[in-house]
Parts: sequence; C-alpha cells; structure tokens
Amino acid sequence: MEQYDVIVIGAGVIGCAAARYLSRMTNSILVLEKEEDVCSGTSKANSGIVHAGFDAEPGTLKAAMNAEGCKMMPQLSQTLGFQFRQNGSLVLCFDAAQMPELQKLYDRGIANGIPQLKILTGDEVRSMEPNVSGQVVAALYAPTAGIVCPFSMTVAFAENAAANGAEFAFLEAVQEICPQDGGFTVVTDKRTLKARAVVNAAGVYADVFHNMVSAEKIHITPRRGEYVLMDREVGDLVNCTVFQLPDKLGKGVLVTPTAHGNLLVGPNAQDLDDKDNTEITAAGMEDIKARALRSVPNVPYNKTITGFAGLRAHGDQGDFVLGEPKDCPSFFDAACIESPGLTSAPAIGAYLARQIADRLGLTERQDFQAEREGFTAIAKLPPEERAKRIAERPEYGNIVCRCENISEGEIMDAIRRSPGAKSLDGIKRRVRQGMGRCQAGFCTPKTMEILARELSVPMTAVTKNRPGSEMVRCDDETA
Amino acid sequence: MKQHKIVIIGGGPAGLAAALGAKAHGIDDVLILERDERLGGILNQCIHNGFGLHTFKEELTGPEYAQRYIDRVLAAGIPYQLRTTVAEITPNREILCVNAEEGAVTIKADAVILAMGCRERPRGALGLPGFRPAGVYTAGTAQRLMNIDGYMVGREAVILGSGDIGLIMARRMTLEGAKVRAVAELMPYSGGLKRNIVQCLDDFGIPLKLSHTVTKIHGKERVTGVTLSQVCADRKPIPGTEEYYSCDTLLLSCGLLPENELSKSASVELDPVTGGAVVSDRLETSVPGIFSCGNVLHVHDLVDNVSQEAARAGEKAAEFVKNGRSSGGTAIRLKGENGVRYTVPQILYADDMDEKLTVRLRVGDVFRNKALVVCYDGKEVKRLKKRIMAPGEMEEVTLQRDSLTDDVREIIIRVEG
Repeated sequence: MEQYDVIVIGAGVIGCAAARYLSRMTNSILVLEKEEDVCSGTSKANSGIVHAGFDAEPGTLKAAMNAEGCKMMPQLSQTLGFQFRQNGSLVLCFDAAQMPELQKLYDRGIANGIPQLKILTGDEVRSMEPNVSGQVVAALYAPTAGIVCPFSMTVAFAENAAANGAEFAFLEAVQEICPQDGGFTVVTDKRTLKARAVVNAAGVYADVFHNMVSAEKIHITPRRGEYVLMDREVGDLVNCTVFQLPDKLGKGVLVTPTAHGNLLVGPNAQDLDDKDNTEITAAGMEDIKARALRSVPNVPYNKTITGFAGLRAHGDQGDFVLGEPKDCPSFFDAACIESPGLTSAPAIGAYLARQIADRLGLTERQDFQAEREGFTAIAKLPPEERAKRIAERPEYGNIVCRCENISEGEIMDAIRRSPGAKSLDGIKRRVRQGMGRCQAGFCTPKTMEILARELSVPMTAVTKNRPGSEMVRCDDETA
Repeated sequence: MKQHKIVIIGGGPAGLAAALGAKAHGIDDVLILERDERLGGILNQCIHNGFGLHTFKEELTGPEYAQRYIDRVLAAGIPYQLRTTVAEITPNREILCVNAEEGAVTIKADAVILAMGCRERPRGALGLPGFRPAGVYTAGTAQRLMNIDGYMVGREAVILGSGDIGLIMARRMTLEGAKVRAVAELMPYSGGLKRNIVQCLDDFGIPLKLSHTVTKIHGKERVTGVTLSQVCADRKPIPGTEEYYSCDTLLLSCGLLPENELSKSASVELDPVTGGAVVSDRLETSVPGIFSCGNVLHVHDLVDNVSQEAARAGEKAAEFVKNGRSSGGTAIRLKGENGVRYTVPQILYADDMDEKLTVRLRVGDVFRNKALVVCYDGKEVKRLKKRIMAPGEMEEVTLQRDSLTDDVREIIIRVEG
C-alpha cells in the first residue's frame, strides 16, 4: 500500500497552495483530484479579485488570511510567475445616508491592519474613474487590492509543488477516510492509500470529508454566482475593481478589469442544494447586468464574449474552517472557503503547512525550489525576442488561437509541463487558447489535433474537460 | 524590412480575386499572406455545391470554386506565403507577420488589401442559459471538423439560427447519418437564402421553428438536450412555451462578424453597422493605401459578389500604387435610411468614380411589394420596385456617374411603400 506524509484532497487553489507550502518540508505528498485537471471547481469560476481585507470581521480567520494573502501577492506572483496586478479597489456609496456604513467598512479595515485606506468624495472617485456613475457620493479606496488570474495562480502552485516532488492523481475520487494508528487510510475509487496527515481542500464537498472523521459536523451550502465577461477591447472601462456598498437594493455586484485585461461583471448569490450546478440563468444574467449599471452606467454588454457561473463553498458558521477538528488530530480542514478564499489561498497554504509540519515533525528542506517560471506569452515579446524564440522552437511561430495570439508551441508547453493539461479546458486555463472573442471557434479543431498528438490518443478521445465531454463521436457509434 | 508593392492579408476568395485584380492592372509585385496551410479560405470546408452560378455560369462546390482562382493565381505567378499570421498592421502600412520558418518579419507595403474574412458569433456572446458542456459548436467549426478533419460532431442535433451555414449543416449532418431535430430561429424570418431553406430543410423534413430560441442547455459534460421556447415580438421567451429536445449537439448559426482586429491596429475607421471598414467607392478605407473587400468589409451571401468586389479592390489598389494618391475631390456620403441598414461603400468621390458604381446594401426587415428609393440631397432620382426584400439577401443599386452633379453632397437609399 502506498504511503504518503500528506494526502491533499482537492487540486483547487487551496489544495495546490497547501501542497506547494508543504513541499518546502516534504516531498511525500499526494494531491487527489476527482476531475481531470487542477483548478476545475470553485477556483476556475470566481471574480479573480485580491481583496484588500476590510470586509471580514476583525478577529476571524477570514480577516487574518485575507490581510496576509493580499500582502503576499505582489512578491509571490513574481516568485511563481502568475498574473497579478495591484489595481486598487473602490467601494461605491450612492447615498449620503449610507456614509456611516462606509465609515464602518473603513474602521473595520483599520482594525484588520489594512494599509492606505482612504474615503474619497464622489468627485475624487470620478476623476480617478471617469466612467463611474454621477450618483456616487463617496467611496472607500483600497490601493493594495488587486486582480489575479485564478487559473495561473492555481497552476503555479501545482507546478511548483510537483517540481518539488509532490505527486498529483487525477480522476480519482476519495470515498472513505479512516483514522488508523495516528494516521489515515484513504480509500479512493481506484485504490487504498495511507497518509500520516490529510488536508481537506475539497471545495463545496469539504463538509462531506470533514463529517467522515469528526463528530462536530459542518455544512456547506453551494452559493452560485453568475458573471458576464467582456472583450479586452473594453477592459479599460474601469481601472480599479469597483464594488458597491451593500444597501437596501442588495449586496451589489462588482465591475472590474481582469488580470488579462477583459472586463468582468458579477456575481449574484443563489443558495443551492446541488454541489454541481454551475448553470447560468437568463434571470441571473439580466439581474447582474442591470445592477452593475448602477456603478458604471455605460457597461458595453454588446461586447460580451461569455457568461459563466461558479459555486462558493459557504459555511453555515460564516468563517473559514481551518486546521484540525478537536476530535481528529492530523486531519487538516481547509473548509468553507468562500470569498476572500482566492486572496487567502497562499496564506491558508502556508498556515496549514506550518501546522502539519508541527504535527508530523517536519523541517525545512534544503533542496526546496521556491521559484517557478510562468508560461511565456510569445506574442507579447518584442519582435526580436519573439523571432529568437521561434528560431529555437518553430512551433512558437504557428499561431493557433487568433484572438489571443497563442501559438502551437505554447499549447505544447501547456500539455508537456507537469501537471500538464489533458483537456481543451486545461489548455485554455494555462495559456488562454480559446479565451478570446471567438471563444475557440477557429482554433478548436487545431487544438484538438495538437492535444491528440501530444497525448497519443485518437481525436475521438479528446475531451473538453472530464471524461464524457468528448468533442467528436466515434465512427462506430454513429447511426 | 522587406518591401512589396501590394500585400494582401488573407488567401480566401477575396484575397485571391484581389491579387488577380491587382496583377491584371499592372502591378506584378503582389504578395498574399495566408495563415492556414492552404489557399482558398473558408471555401475549402464548403463542400456543398451552389457556388459560382454568376461568375462561371455553373454550379461548383466551394473547393472547386476556390481552385479556379488558385489556378489563376498560380498561372499568374503571384507569390503567397502559407501558415503566416499577420500580427499587426501600422497606419503607414508596415505589416508584422509571424511564421515558423522566418520568425517575426516586418513587410513594408505601398498598398495593403484587407481580406481577412469573418468569424461566427459564439455561444457566450448570445448569453444562452444552462450548462457549458461539450457539444456546443458554431456551425462553421462543426463544418470544419466534419468536412476537413473527417469527424462526426454528434448524432442528434438542434441548430439555433437559420443563417446559411446552419442550414447547410442541417443537411450535411443529416446526410452523414445524424438526426437534426429542429432549426430554431429567433426572428420571425430566416436569415438564410430561400434556396437553402428549400434544399436543406424542406427536402429533408427538418422543421424550421421561427420566433424560437434556446432557453436552456442541458448536460454537464456533453449536451444531453436543449429547451426551446417561443419568443414574442420583443424576442423575449414566452413562459409556458418550453419544449425539450433531446440531442447531443447544439450548432449555432447566429451571425457572422467581420474580423477587423488588424484593421483596428492600422487605425482604420469601422462602420458600427457592418462591423467592417468605412470605404470609398474605390474600396479604400479611411487610411490611405489600405483597401478592404469581401467578408471583412461586410458579410456577403454569395461568393461571386465577394470575388467581384475583391477584383475591384485589387484594381483600385493597383491604381493607388501607380498614381501614388487616394481619391480626391468632394466626398459624397452614402447612407441607408428607413429600412436600409447600411450601404457599401459609405463614401463616393464623384470626380474619380467609375462610370457605374454598384452599391450593396441590406434591409433590416422583410418587405413585400416595396421599393428601394435613391435620393440625391433629398431629391428622388431612382425607384426600384421589389417584390420581396429580406435581411438575409443582399440588395444592390447601380449609380451612374453621369447622374451626379457637382453640388450633390449626400445620397440616401430608403425603403418606401
């Protein structure tokens, strides 16, 4: 029976961050993921925001992890090569009567130790952001807030963990966890494994695994949020991430550029029972579109390139659930990770790794590689540098995705790295093939060919994501 | 930096005809840049017949039509580069292109002809509710997978949008053994050619559901079905009209969009209605020496019209290179009004214009027993009776140079009763 120091359940941003920080201490790590790739659940469909940290109640884990994660992000994005931009955020106030609420947010931010917060007048806001509504009377400005590419951050953690010896197993679902001899037996749909410690980073399913081992039950409600994404052409409509102060009209939606320069509007919040329901609804899309116009009246919805929905793992008790339950030592929860989960990911990863190291008596490795090189966007290089890269590898000169200018060589990189892309969605999240305005209309057949060639599988085995999502049909199945 | 007299961006039907037009008018130094691995563009995947009735007086398949032009280009010795993507065009006609052999190369051109074609409107832009499984294809992507790569995209399909490619694909999938359950069209009329509705749907008993749209896509991994709903006059779904169709494929044929990212990099002014460049009667854009033709200028129904338009773009680009100047004199604005959505060209220079000019236009609704009326500065000069006009069929009006006096400033074309 294979044995690991740590088994991590879930290869989302939290599981991958935990694996990365754990890999400083041990190379005996296995990350189990039920989907075909990393970043396939909540991590793939969210706002991509690095929150400054004024939202959470002081003293909560959310407050602590958010502040720490935000502080880590600028340096970490360099070390691990993922896209991050500190664009600042604004919380808009539309009614002078709401000023005390804005002040409360400011005070909470100060209590949480958030630097450089400032309350701006409506005119100051509009001189910074000319497209913001004339109805705005004031805003809370947080210059340390940012935007991050959630895909590239997750992939960066995963690749760096793998480079340091962590193993990843995909399409393998955990079915049972049994505490045994101070460690755990972990039964999957494929095999039985042993681990000295388990990290529960299973997203909306984290309650299921927690409740297998602890008598202190938790419950996670999948809270769906829908988004509208617009063309890069209009990505500079706002520079900051623009939130709305919650008021009698609801919690408000955000308008933000993304780390790749698109414009994003959303999300709403709908509590569901189904942990897999990422449907987008006509009513939901209409609702967020209408509400965003309150912040920025001229959002160009005719430049929409796609809509999507993600599920937040909302815990009933409100705060993140981190660390060991009282009745199950060596089982480490990272449960109920809703917003600001993405921001908090590196802080949570580091926090759990420290606790696990203490529990298992692990120490820092001398041979830990802290740095990871991100994917190179060849088209963004200066022409001479681009020509040099093409000379080294001619496939960098074959443009496959016209909208985002992604070459065959970059798609090969996405597949060949470890853990590499195994599906069209996996390629898209790593190098942005098909992320543009035609949404993979032109490049799908060519990308399928490259994927089939690199993985040595027939075209009929090429999937969009998990098995069952095959793109074309076998001849013998055709009526 | 390399130098060429005329560089043509795109080796599809427009690019090929433009190259021949330029060559026929005395410019030998013409270069075609094509990003695909063969010339012919989208025609290569259009293996059905019906092409060339006007140009060749016979019915050809898409590849056959393309081959006639490719043969002429080869015979004329016009050079071309395949697998070469243009990354940027500057307003002073420097073209940055990329390929595996040469890397990134800049070419300076005396004149540039934009012939990049168009792309399909994707699912995301339509805001279709439901899951995002595999099996949702634009009709053209499915057509490529089936006709070029030889793969069946699905066994049971619903098609949203009755544009020509969707209609053609309904027949194509049926002939390959798939069951096409229905073609749904949001508008109360089809966006495709009448002949395609007859030959691709009626002949195969495929229902065309006008005023219907997809209100839900079912299936988490692969499409398992779609819900269609009827829409009212404002195109909003009517509750209670939902019908479930089991299928593993949803094809989208919901409009084509001229692909003008490169035109934007060259600061070419675009027409918000056509999505293509604003051009003069010589098919010259707002940037001197940059010309536009084919589906990148405005989406055509018939390739014959593309070839004809592109040949003129080649001719005019050749004249520009020889004369070293754009059209001069007073600009006359051409505009569509009252049911006419747009005209191409949008500008006319009477002093420099040809004896006859074909103005192409589209109407915004179905009109029966109406007329297209041409007015010079508000004065009616021409009235063409039309039994039927529809948004799916391009109309044309011919203007004579003789009919224009010096003082005309604006030409308006409208639908009248």
